[in-house]
Amino acid sequence: MKLRDVKEILDAEVIVGEDHLDLEVKTAFGADLMSDVLAFAKAGSMLLTGLTNTQVVRTANVLDIAAIILVRGKKPSTDTINLARDLNIPLLSTKYILFETAGRLYEKGIVGCLQKVEATSVRN
Amino acid sequence: MKKASSVVCKKSKRPVCETKEKAATQTFAIEGGNFNNAGLVSTSIKSILKKMDVPGEIVRRAAIVSYEAEINVVSYAKQAVVNLIVEPDFVQIEVNDEGPGIPNIELAMQEGYSTADRRIREMGFGAGMGLCNIKNYSDEFQIFSEVGKGTRLVMKIFSK
Ligand SMILES: Nc1ncnc2c1ncn2[C@@H]1O[C@H](COP(=O)(O)OP(=O)(O)OP(=O)(O)O)[C@@H](O)[C@H]1O
Ligand SMILES: [Mg+2]
Repeated sequence: MKLRDVKEILDAEVIVGEDHLDLEVKTAFGADLMSDVLAFAKAGSMLLTGLTNTQVVRTANVLDIAAIILVRGKKPSTDTINLARDLNIPLLSTKYILFETAGRLYEKGIVGCLQKVEATSVRN
Repeated sequence: MKKASSVVCKKSKRPVCETKEKAATQTFAIEGGNFNNAGLVSTSIKSILKKMDVPGEIVRRAAIVSYEAEINVVSYAKQAVVNLIVEPDFVQIEVNDEGPGIPNIELAMQEGYSTADRRIREMGFGAGMGLCNIKNYSDEFQIFSEVGKGTRLVMKIFSK
């Protein structure tokens, strides 16, 4: 689906990236822990998170994340908005909680960027 | 953040320098304790590699390992110097910090081990995953540390 559809489904506010709404998205990863995002999220996925600091944008940039979806109605700081704009990463905000956000997107065909993590022994 | 930058073509018998930019060493500085700038160096590394037409997957892995290392410097050390070396067959990132060092490297390398304080956790870090992640995303990873002096990471990613 397109980011435009994500916006509709989540009744989201587009904070950065009005001009990126035709972007095609298929997968997502959700977490409030950037350590986990760095370890598991895949390029081209959306990042669903309740964290709003600038490191969320830095993390998204490092991983080539397609768009950041802030959940639970979180509002980013001006620094976060400016950085997202500088790095050209769409930033949306929805009032739905993380569980609802993920469920509503999944229902419409968005899947996890991975289903399960591999066993620790395999990763190391 | 100061950026003591220098572009040096490495000596090699192979035709390393297709363009002037290929095979370059660049140096960056990271300021410990300052979360406002955390990620600046890895963002620079990413855009430099992109401009040099390094394959996307290599750029992404280099960005991830340098970001994890950068967050660690900001979280735990005083300051660091980062060297980015780009050769036709690999990208190498070295991070040398001045800081407390790591008393038990084996322990620090374990997934889940962390000494992160509240401030670091509030930023979304401190799960004890970073060093493991660096190891997973590097083809070669070396870590040296001296308590009271600092820590040195060498991360190498091959292009093929
Ligand atoms: N540059 C460093 N200087 C001093 N100690 C360090 C340094 N890097 C890591 N450590 C120590 O090693 C531990 C593990 O580091 P690691 O990056 O794996 O996890 P973390 O930083 O605690 O959490 P995460 O990276 O998942 O956000 C740290 O908690 C810290 O005690
Ligand atoms: Mg870390």
